[in-house]
This record gives sequence, structure tokens and C-alpha cells, in this order.
Amino acid sequence: MLRAEGISKDWKEFHLRDITFEVKEGEHFIILGPSGAGKTVLLEIIAGIIEPDKGRVYLNGRDVTDLPPEKRGLAYVPQNYALFPNMSVFDNIAFGLKVRKVPKPEIERKVREISKVLGIEHLLHRKPRTLSGGEQQRVALARALAVEPPLILLDEPFANLDVQTRSRLIGEMKRWREELGFTALHVTHSFEEAVSLGDRVGVMLNGRLVQVGSVKEVFSKPASEEVARFLGFENIIEGTAEGRKLKANGVEIELPVEAKGRVRVGLRPEDIILSLEPIRTSARNKFKATVESVEELGPLVRVHLRVGNLHLRAFITRSSMLEMGITKGREVYVSFKVSALHVF
Amino acid sequence: MRRDYTLYFFASLGSFLIAYIALPLVVLFVKQLSDWEMLVKTIHDPYVTEALRNSLLTATATTLIAIAFGVPLGYVLARKDFPGKSLVQALVDVPIVIPHSVVGIMLLVTFSNAILDSYKGIIAAMLFVSAPFTINAARDGFLAVDEKVEAVARTLGASPLRVFFSVSLPIAFPSVASGAIMTWARAISEVGAILIVAYYPKTAQVLILEYFNNYGLRASRPIAVLMVTISLTIFVLLRWIVGRKANAPR
Repeated sequence: MLRAEGISKDWKEFHLRDITFEVKEGEHFIILGPSGAGKTVLLEIIAGIIEPDKGRVYLNGRDVTDLPPEKRGLAYVPQNYALFPNMSVFDNIAFGLKVRKVPKPEIERKVREISKVLGIEHLLHRKPRTLSGGEQQRVALARALAVEPPLILLDEPFANLDVQTRSRLIGEMKRWREELGFTALHVTHSFEEAVSLGDRVGVMLNGRLVQVGSVKEVFSKPASEEVARFLGFENIIEGTAEGRKLKANGVEIELPVEAKGRVRVGLRPEDIILSLEPIRTSARNKFKATVESVEELGPLVRVHLRVGNLHLRAFITRSSMLEMGITKGREVYVSFKVSALHVF
Repeated sequence: MRRDYTLYFFASLGSFLIAYIALPLVVLFVKQLSDWEMLVKTIHDPYVTEALRNSLLTATATTLIAIAFGVPLGYVLARKDFPGKSLVQALVDVPIVIPHSVVGIMLLVTFSNAILDSYKGIIAAMLFVSAPFTINAARDGFLAVDEKVEAVARTLGASPLRVFFSVSLPIAFPSVASGAIMTWARAISEVGAILIVAYYPKTAQVLILEYFNNYGLRASRPIAVLMVTISLTIFVLLRWIVGRKANAPR
């Protein structure tokens, strides 16, 4: 649906280099990168606000590189939401419809409908200045979605919110997407957003898109040391949850909270304990594993393990590796606390 | 609480200027009150009413022209970088540093008979000295409008012109309006350039000078009082309306 091909741009301190990717219909595509990677510039090139030095942007097969933003029809939600301060919430949401000369009763109906889904019906008469961050974010989203754009561009939509509001709205976002069925290109520096919302992820480092793939693929098989370091070697386990049990690749894992359906959980490699004999600990997740390979990283060692069909990565110190005699093919016991699991 | 003493000290220094501005204003009115008869006579002088009308009309026309040309220029200065921009910016401020008699000479040399002794001449003189207020205020107002807001409006389908009228201008309105008010105030208080370019049709500013030269202080003072009353009332009223709109609950 959207294809960016070989986009390069030097703009202020940002340098985008040869960025190519594709967003599929109905997908939530995440571009994950540290701040300063040039994510916003990329988004504004796609929106048509900034012109690329090189490369083309295609929307549904049509080359839109030379079209101004108003001819592209992509909705954009900037990081600061950029609500129109001179208009009420209602007029903010209705703006795109008014520009399209939609009849008044139709505008009224659509604004009410989308406000209801996003839970901002009671704010319609207010001015943006009086809203909280979370409310502003939902108004910005409503304004973008009201015109039913083929693609919505989200720039760090959760970055300006406090921690509690953020995790609540991330959960909400999943529901909104199910209900409204939009396609999103979402740039962020947050793993939580990437893992919670992303269908596919592109990792952007120093102005280059270094890896694109499904969330699980990117997190479990970083394409380079650079990506791995950026991602923090997180173990992402995907499976089907039923109550407090998660079934993933034939392994049953106990969860810290109740969940249902397909979920992803994260586990930091330093939270995994290795031992040669089954040990008595308070950790309730214990498995027998095979060492697939060992990577030495100075004082630390990264051990690649296989539990059933599940791949895990663990950190141990170099001395404990030598002491335990961990080598490729060796059988070990893996344990981790339920509380070490982060359910996304 | 040392800092408070500093503040008090500064306030006492600053109040000198406040008193200096307020005192002549108050004295002018107080003295006139003791000469009520002359004030009444002046109000009924057709020369005076005609001149006051001329002043108000030309200042208002000047303001409208300044808005029509100055607001677009302010927007360009706020949004676009181009070679020679600093030169343009400096040129905008030139009228503020040129003595107003010189402005009159310059205009007369350039446009001669086209503006000599006509309403056009009065407006030309006023526009030259007062337009910078509108241009600079508009520029500052647009600089304060978040470009992301404009960008979002574009993505929602609005043309650049539509974005300007439905988003940028309403947001910058308080600044643009206070600039226009300053332009009006500066225009109605202009004398020097008008004296040279358009002695006729007579404006109140010029008439005050003429009565002073011909009949002395007693004759010119009541016109001055009327002039100050009218322009101050309008100035304060406009400022109040704009201020109320700018601070309206949002």
C-alpha cells in the first residue's frame, strides 16, 4: 500500500540514507530507533511536508513523491499532536471533513461516531488548551482518522504521556485498530510500543533502516551487532495465553498476570539463571535446555539456548561459564522468575 | 529578602517615566477645564471638526492598507528564508530611524504632484512611518504559530491559502491586531511628514500647529484636548477588545 524506495535526505542534523520499506494494507508498521535517528524527517517526507533529496514514495502503486500533502490524503499525528488551538475539539476533528465539503449532518454524525469509539464525546465543546495529554492524543487521532485516510502516520504518539496513561492508551490503541481498521506507520523509540502494537518492525539507526521484519524475527534474530545492542538482547516469546499459562512452541510458561489469546512476553537475558542440576529456587519457570552456541563479550558471555522449540538468550559471567563448563551441546537447566516476565 | 529592595529601587526609578508621561496629560486636561468656554467654542468650529474627521479617516485607511500589504509580508518573513532576507528586514525598519521631515521630503521628491496636498498625500506619509508596526507584529505572530499545526492542516486536505485563513491567521490574530492598532496610533500621531507633503486637506495635527502659530496656546490647546481624547479612547478600546479575545477561555 505504501512503498518508500531509496529515500535519502540531509536536513538539519539528520541524514537519511537509502531507506526502502513497504507498509501492507491493514498493518501496524513500526519504525523503531533511538531519538535523533531521523524518524520524524522520514515521516514528514512520506506525508509530503519535506521533499526527499533522492528516492520515491508510492501510495497504492502511484508515485506521490511530487504531490503536496493535501493531495496525498495521508493523515499525520505529530509528536506534540499540533491541535488547532483556535478551534474547539469538534472543529478540530471536523476540519478534514469540512475541507472535503462533506455535508453538515454527515460531519456531525462522523465526528460523534469516532469520538465515541475514542471516548472523547464529552470533550467536543472544549478548546485543546484545556485538555490533558492523553485527551489531546485521542483528539489528534480522531482528527486524523475522521477523514478515513488510507494510512495514518504516527510520530511518537505516546512519548508525551505519563507512564500510566501510556500503558492504558497502548492497550486502547489495539482496540481502536480492531474497531476502526486503519493502517498505521508508527515511529517510536519505545520497545514496549513496538512489541505491543507492531505487526512488523523496521529498526532505524543513524539514518539507515538496518532491519525490517516481524516483531519476533527482529527481536530474536538481530541482523547485526548494532541492532542487537540497540534492542538490548531482549527475549521475546510469542504464544497463546490461557489464564496464567502461556503456550509457546510447545513450552508452557507461567505468567505474572492473566491474559488471553495471542500475546508476546519479554524476558531480559540477565534474568535467566543457568544451572547444571535442577535447583530449588522460588523461580517457578524451570526448563531443561540445550546450549546452541556461546558468544564471548568480554567479561560477559551470551549463551544461546533451546528449550523445546523455543530459543532463549541468557547472560552469564565469563568465570561462571568456565566453572560450569558450558559449551555447545551441553544440557543445562534454565529458570526465571514469573515476575521477570513482561507481558506486552 | 534583598531582592525585594532591588525591585523597589527599580520601581521608584521607573515611576519617574510613568509620572513624566502622565503629568502633561493630566495637566492638559486640568488646565482646559478652567477654560470650558473655549473648549465648547472649539467643538463648534467647523474647521476643527473637519480636521478631526480627516485625521480619523486617513489613519483608518492607512491601517487597512498596512494590513492588506503588511500581513502577507509578515507571513513570508516568518516562514521563508531567502537571499537578501536580512536586507528586506532592515528596510522594513528604516522608516523608524528616518526623521519625519525627511520622510516628507523623500515622498515629495519621489511622487511630487501625485500626492501633493491631497488625501493620498496624507495617507502616503502615514503609511510610510506606520507600516513597520503591522509588518513586524504580523511576522512575530506567525513565528509563534507552530509549523506542525500548518503541516497537519495540509495533510488533512487544506490548500496553503486555506491553511493560512483557517489556521495561521486566527492563531496569530492577537499579535496582528495589536500591530494594526499600533499602526493606527502611529498614523494618527504623525505630523512632520504630513506638514511637508499635504498641508491641505487639513488634519487635526496640522491644525493644532497652525492655531498655535496664528492664535497662540489658548486657541490650540482645546483641539489638542479633543484629539488626545478621541485617539486615546479608540486606542484603549481596541486594545481592550483584542486583549479580551486573546485571553478568552479556550
